[in-house]
Amino acid sequence: MKKIEAIIKPFKLDEVKEALSKEGVQGMTVSEVRGFGRQRGHTELYRGAEYVVDFLPKVKIEILVEDEKAGVVADTILNAARTGRIGDGKIFISPVEDAVRIRTGERGEEAI
Amino acid sequence: MVSYQEADTQQRGFVARQNGQTARKRWALLCAVVLAMACLSVASSVLAGDPSGANTGGIADVTAAEAGKPTLEEVAAQAGHNKISINIMWTLITGFLVMFMQAGFAFVETGFTRAKNAAETMTMNFIVYVIGMTGYWICGYALQMGGVGAVASLGGTPGLDSEFTISVFGKDFGLWGQSGFFLTGNAYDVGVFALFLFQMVFMDTAATIPTGAMAERWKFANFCFFGLFMSMLVYPLFANWVWGGGWLSQLGKNFGLGHGHVDFAGSSVVHAVGGVAAAAGAIVLGPRLGKYTKEGKSVAMPGHDIPMALLGTFILAFGWFGFNPGSTLAGTDLRIGVIAVNTMLASASGCLAAMLYMWGTTGKPDPSMSANGLLAGLVAITAPCAFVNSVSAFIIGAIAGVLVCVAVLFIDQKLHIDDPVGAISVHGVNGVWGVLSLGLFADGTYGDGWNGVSGPVTGLFYGDASQFLAECIGSLTCIVFVFSMFYAFFKICDLIWGIRVSEEVELEGLDIPEVGALAYPEFSIASAHGFGASMSGTGSGGGTRQVAAQGLRVRMEEV
Repeated sequence: MKKIEAIIKPFKLDEVKEALSKEGVQGMTVSEVRGFGRQRGHTELYRGAEYVVDFLPKVKIEILVEDEKAGVVADTILNAARTGRIGDGKIFISPVEDAVRIRTGERGEEAI
Repeated sequence: MVSYQEADTQQRGFVARQNGQTARKRWALLCAVVLAMACLSVASSVLAGDPSGANTGGIADVTAAEAGKPTLEEVAAQAGHNKISINIMWTLITGFLVMFMQAGFAFVETGFTRAKNAAETMTMNFIVYVIGMTGYWICGYALQMGGVGAVASLGGTPGLDSEFTISVFGKDFGLWGQSGFFLTGNAYDVGVFALFLFQMVFMDTAATIPTGAMAERWKFANFCFFGLFMSMLVYPLFANWVWGGGWLSQLGKNFGLGHGHVDFAGSSVVHAVGGVAAAAGAIVLGPRLGKYTKEGKSVAMPGHDIPMALLGTFILAFGWFGFNPGSTLAGTDLRIGVIAVNTMLASASGCLAAMLYMWGTTGKPDPSMSANGLLAGLVAITAPCAFVNSVSAFIIGAIAGVLVCVAVLFIDQKLHIDDPVGAISVHGVNGVWGVLSLGLFADGTYGDGWNGVSGPVTGLFYGDASQFLAECIGSLTCIVFVFSMFYAFFKICDLIWGIRVSEEVELEGLDIPEVGALAYPEFSIASAHGFGASMSGTGSGGGTRQVAAQGLRVRMEEV
C-alpha cells in the first residue's frame, strides 16, 4: 500500500476530487494547512504597517492506494491540480505498513 | 385472502377516495371562510371603527373639566403638555439609539482585534454598559447635572439646582453638582429621569472608547475599576464644566469669550475625554507583545473580522442619529433636521477622504481606515453639527478623514503607542478638531442665548474670534485634566496590582484566562500576529492548546 499526500491550492479541491472519483478512488482525508515552498509570500500593508504573508492557505489530501495504482492516482492529482503558476503544490508518495477499517476490523488492502 | 398486490391496489384506491373526500371538505371550508370575510368587510362599513384616522383624536381628547367643552386655559395647558411630551419622547427615543451604539463599539473593537481575544474584548464592551450606568446612577449624574438648573424643554427639571461654585477673579467657577444622587429626592421627576437616560448613554460612549485602545493586554478586573472611575468622577466633572453650567460654559458670560466653550453633542465632552483616557491607558499599558521590533518598526496585527468591524461602524453611524439630533433635548426644536443632515454628510466626507487618502498613498482603499474615517467625520461634526451649514459640515468631515489617517500612522509609527482600533486618533484627535471647527465654522444661524450669552453662536470665519479662543481653552482643559487624571489612575493601579496581563496570557489569548470563555471554541485558530501560534479546542473536554511561539520568532526575525 502507498500513501499519497498531495498539497494543492484550495480552489482546486473539487476538481481533484472529481478526477479521483472517476479514477475509482473511494475515499480521502482532507485538511486545511498553511505552507510555502520556493513561492514564499508577498508584503501587504495593514494600517500603514507592513506584514509578510508567507504561510499561504493550502489543502492537503491524503489517500491510501494499492501499490500498482499509486502512479496513476498521482498523475490524476497532478493533472487536475496544476495551474502552471507558482504555488501549485507537491505530491508525496510513501509506503504504508498497514491499514485497519474500524467498523469491521479488516486489515491490509481490504481496508482501503 | 387477497394477494399483496391486490391488497395494495385496494389500499391505494381507498386512500385516494379518502383524499378526494378530504380535498372536497377543505375546499368547502375555504369557500365558507372567504364568504364570511366578505360579509364582515361589508358589515364593517357600518361598524364604529376609524380605518383612515380622520376621526381619531379631537376636541373630546383635550383634558377638560367638561369633556368635549374645554376652556381656553385648558386648551393651552394641553398644548404645553404636548410640547413637553414631544420633547421628552424625543430625548428618550434618541437616547435609545445612542444606547445601541454600545453594540457598534463592541463590534468595531472585536472585529479589529484578534480572534483569541474576541470573547474578552466583547465582554469588556458589554460590561462597560452596566458598570458605567451603575456608577453614573450612584453619583456621576449628580456631579454632572446636579446644578444645571431648569431644563425648559423637559418641563423644568426641578431638583437639579445645587452647584458647588468657587469664586476666582470675582467670577463664579462652577465645579460640580450636588443634587440627584441615586436619582432620589427632588430628582425623582419625569424630566430629570429622561435627562438621566440621555446623559447616561453619552457617558457610556466615552467609557467604552478606551477599551479599544487598551484591548488584548488589559486585565479585566482593572477595566471594571476603570469603568467606575470614568462614570463616577472624571467624565461627570468635565461634563459639568461644559454642560452642567460649570465654568467652561460660563467663559462667555464671565470673560466675554463667545458663548463660552460650546460643544453641542460632545466632541470634547464625550469623544476627546474617551480618546485622551485611551491614550493615557495605552501609554501606561505599553504595546502588545511583538508590536514594535527592536529597530522601531511597527508590526501589523490584522483584525480577525473586518466585516464585523464595518457592521459596527454602520451601527455607530445609525446611533449617531440619536447622538447629535437628540442633543437638542427637544423634538420641537426643528433644527434637528439640519443637525441630522450635517451629521450624515460629515460621515460621508470623512469616509471618502480617508478611503481616497489610503488608496492614493498605499494603493488600496483600506476598509479599516475607511471605517475609521467615517467615524472621525462623525466625531468631528458632533460639536458643530447644530451651528454650521452643510458645506462646512462636509469640509469638517473631510478634514477629519485625512486627520485620522495621518494621526493613526503618526501615533503608531512615530510615537509607538499601540492602539489596535485607532481610538486615540478617531476620538481624541478628532474630538479636539470638532470643537475647534465649531470655533471656526459656526455661522450664526442658531444658538441665541447659548450659555447665557445673547445672540447666535458664531465662529471665527463668521466674525467672532473669541469663540475660537473659548474652544481652545476648553480643548486644552480637556486634554490636561483627563490625561493627568487617567495617567495617575492607571499608573497607581499598575504599581499596586499591575494592570497588564502576563506574557503567557497575552500570547495564549485573554479569552480563557480573563473571562473563562472562548469566543470560537470549535475552530482551530492560527494567530499570534495572524500566523504561527495555534489554539485548538475539541469541544466539551476543552481540548489541547499549543502556543507555538515559533511563528512569533520567525516573524520578528524576518521583520
